[in-house]
Amino acid sequence: MVTIEIDGIELKVNNGSMLIEAADEAGIRIPRFCYHKKLSIAANCRMCLVEVEKAAKPLPACATPVTEGMKVHTRSPKALAAQKSVMEFLLINHPLDCPICDQGGECELQDVAMGYGGDVSKYAEKKRVVREKDIGPLIATDMTRCIHCTRCVRFGDEIAGLRELGATGRGEHMEIGTYISKAVSSEMSGNVIDVCPVGALTSKPFRYSARAWEMRQYESIAPHDCIGSNIYLHTRRGRVMRVVPRENEAVNETWISDRDRYSYEGLYSADRLTVPMMNVDGEWRETEWDTALEAAVSGLKDVVDHSGAPQLGALIGPSTTLEEMYQVQKILRGLGSDNIEHRLRQRDFSDQDAAPAFPWLGTPLAALETANAILLVGSDIRREQPIAGHRVRKAHVAGAAVFAVNPVDYDFNFALEHKLVVDPRRMTSALAAIARHLVTITGATNPAGLDKLVQSPEYDTAARAIAERLRQAGRSTLLLGASAINHQNFAAIRMLSALIAELSGSTLGYLSDGANGSGAWIAGAVPHRGPGAQAVQTSGKNLAQMQGSGMAGMLLVNCEPDLDLAEPQSTMQMLKKAEFVVALSSYKSPALLNSASVLLPITPFSEMPGTFVNAEGRWQSFEPAVAPMGEARPGWKILRVMGNLFDLSGFDYMSAVEIRDELQKLVGDVAKDNSLAWRAPEAGQIDGGTLVSISDIPIYSVDALVRRAPALQKAQKLLGPGFRISAALARKIGLKDSQEVKVKQGDREARIAVEIDDRVPESCVWIHADISDASKLGAGYAPIVLEKA
Amino acid sequence: MNTVTNYFKSLLLIELFKGLALTGKYIFAKKITVQYPDEKTPYSPRFRGLHALRRYPNGEERCIACKLCEAVCPALAITIEAEPRTDGSRRTTRYDIDLAKCIFCGFCEESCPVDSIVETRVYEYHAEQRGDLLMTKEKLLAVGDKFEQQIAADRAMDARFR
Repeated sequence: MVTIEIDGIELKVNNGSMLIEAADEAGIRIPRFCYHKKLSIAANCRMCLVEVEKAAKPLPACATPVTEGMKVHTRSPKALAAQKSVMEFLLINHPLDCPICDQGGECELQDVAMGYGGDVSKYAEKKRVVREKDIGPLIATDMTRCIHCTRCVRFGDEIAGLRELGATGRGEHMEIGTYISKAVSSEMSGNVIDVCPVGALTSKPFRYSARAWEMRQYESIAPHDCIGSNIYLHTRRGRVMRVVPRENEAVNETWISDRDRYSYEGLYSADRLTVPMMNVDGEWRETEWDTALEAAVSGLKDVVDHSGAPQLGALIGPSTTLEEMYQVQKILRGLGSDNIEHRLRQRDFSDQDAAPAFPWLGTPLAALETANAILLVGSDIRREQPIAGHRVRKAHVAGAAVFAVNPVDYDFNFALEHKLVVDPRRMTSALAAIARHLVTITGATNPAGLDKLVQSPEYDTAARAIAERLRQAGRSTLLLGASAINHQNFAAIRMLSALIAELSGSTLGYLSDGANGSGAWIAGAVPHRGPGAQAVQTSGKNLAQMQGSGMAGMLLVNCEPDLDLAEPQSTMQMLKKAEFVVALSSYKSPALLNSASVLLPITPFSEMPGTFVNAEGRWQSFEPAVAPMGEARPGWKILRVMGNLFDLSGFDYMSAVEIRDELQKLVGDVAKDNSLAWRAPEAGQIDGGTLVSISDIPIYSVDALVRRAPALQKAQKLLGPGFRISAALARKIGLKDSQEVKVKQGDREARIAVEIDDRVPESCVWIHADISDASKLGAGYAPIVLEKA
Repeated sequence: MNTVTNYFKSLLLIELFKGLALTGKYIFAKKITVQYPDEKTPYSPRFRGLHALRRYPNGEERCIACKLCEAVCPALAITIEAEPRTDGSRRTTRYDIDLAKCIFCGFCEESCPVDSIVETRVYEYHAEQRGDLLMTKEKLLAVGDKFEQQIAADRAMDARFR
């Protein structure tokens, strides 16, 4: 601690901190452009010059460390003169066109110029003009406005981990750009809009549509991944105009992913369902709420009366709020059915009884960055949970070793120390190899049945290295991602991961699906457990069992059956065979129009109150920002009325908060325990065939909202088509890049153009689960046959 | 005493003659009544009447959708929506002034950085329904096109005071 004096105020500040940090903490405002608390210090804008006693010249506050007895003046004539001169220089080349600039009204340069700028420009020479650059569908550029603070460059370098933007040229000729013309591909690229102090980088979808002063700001929670990034919704005249991050050091710091930032566009997609609809003799008709609710309830009652309650099931999207999930399970269980499922993309349910009370991250999110070793199992963390990926990257930058056991060699923004890129069929054996080495290293007793699973000597070196590093690391963690959780042998992967975690002293964490994949377990949206993991009398049917046996009546909440589920084909068959299907949806999805009997419009997250529980078990509630569109109503209200129409007791809620409080009281503190006792898993193989398909969900296809956001869809298209094979396999079949191939899976056939990508193992085909041709195919992680067309 | 004075005053009709004297004076005085609409009074180039949106001589509309007029309007009479035009420039897709709300303060004109929204000298307009008082972008541009010469002349006259 040192004592300094800023503007006559005595402050005690940490040794080694910079003047600007001390001033910020004390609430003394020093103007700045290049300084950003999350980025490294560049000290190139010189706006923060302050007078320090006994120093010959004004010093930049952002790059001057505090020393004992330092006396600083931020508003002395000398400091002000320096700051004004810097401002004058900055304004030489900056166009004075604030009225047409999208940053106008929320611009740091504009604000500071009000205080430090001159009234009249002395500059009569030519101003610099820089050509606009097209850096993709998300970010608009006006590079003439750039003041070369390099915040965006440092953001790319230090935070996003991709050096996509950089400065070329010197002095007057310096330009910020992408070196070679291309779109920026970072999954967090939108944050450069927030860090840019001027209007050089602005949001493209938002461009020119509203002014900062017209909008109201509402707190909310991002509804796309299990991080639950804190966001602000900016609304104007009852419409969400844009999304910006809300600072929360424990969750998303000051960043949000592009998915969270731009998905709001989907809120106003043309196919929003705004009126209740009923299918009358094969024809969809808009109707009143009363009629629709009566029809929905009596239809489901009929199913229960004729076929029995066990023939009734519910599928809930994993990004549904806690309140809705809790009510759905309350209705179903009240009617006598336990067939409630939110694990829509999961395939292996065999060990569901051994699953933790809710899948949690194993560690607080912020603690991820302090890990010494991280093993990613089946996770493309950068695209699945970009903010968690950022934490892993931070850990890596701080010196942690990161490893991956993945079906595809995903390109991370951090280097992997060792990686096992394996055919999904060999994932268990790769994990078993690591576990086996750990057994040797620790000298623990060899768990029964482990040796049988180790079949891959070729992974041995990497497996041993990973085992050793995990064991040596003081704080290590294992993270199970989507390709592990949705794997055909998830039970075995889970068991082996738990064993590795136990032997190496690591924590085991799940990166659950959707915004509320963890909350769903707490709310009881699983067939075998009630709220708070209470045991149920008889376990209901899980997704696979429902698909297998068929259901007479279905309640769909917040899911598109053809795109949100692991096996779209069999789901659609199940729904078509069902007598009565009620869907609560925000969109008129074609698959729902095809299969449902009644469509009830529910509001998306921006138009209702709710709670999401993120992967670290943090309950985050939000309030509506705008009024519901048309006749749509918040899901909790619709479900409350349905509960009453079913004559079930306990549906007298007056607000969503009451539902949350009831659930919270009911479940108390849900145990955060991912540990698992060893039981030799069955290494169930994906049978037959030489080729196997890996189907993962592309970054901008995770839910209905994202799929309807045009800018994100454009960004996804730039990532290339979604049918990829390795060069070796292409040679074997005799294919060239982007040539069509005949694909067979089961009894289905399609012709799809392939993309050659060496990140895919030779025995695999990597299919993006959402590409339209893929829906013609069968299951993911299943044998597939390619033939030259 | 007062009673006596008043008695005589009213008997002699003094007040009546005083009043008639004033009437008589104005019968012969110069007349100031203007025979509107056949005659009109002169008025200032700064007169704040009907609004107009102006164009540049090449036909390009001046308005750049900065929304300063919308922000400054004390009566909240202006509603603007904007988006990028096909050539990428910032343009309004909607520019409404509700004349029923407008208080003709002229702030919109003062705030405009490109002299696009102006209040013309036109005060002779009427509406038969309330909706007719809602000036849309098309109507405002039409007013601007019709009176551009006078608008430009008025601005020029006032330029040195601005």
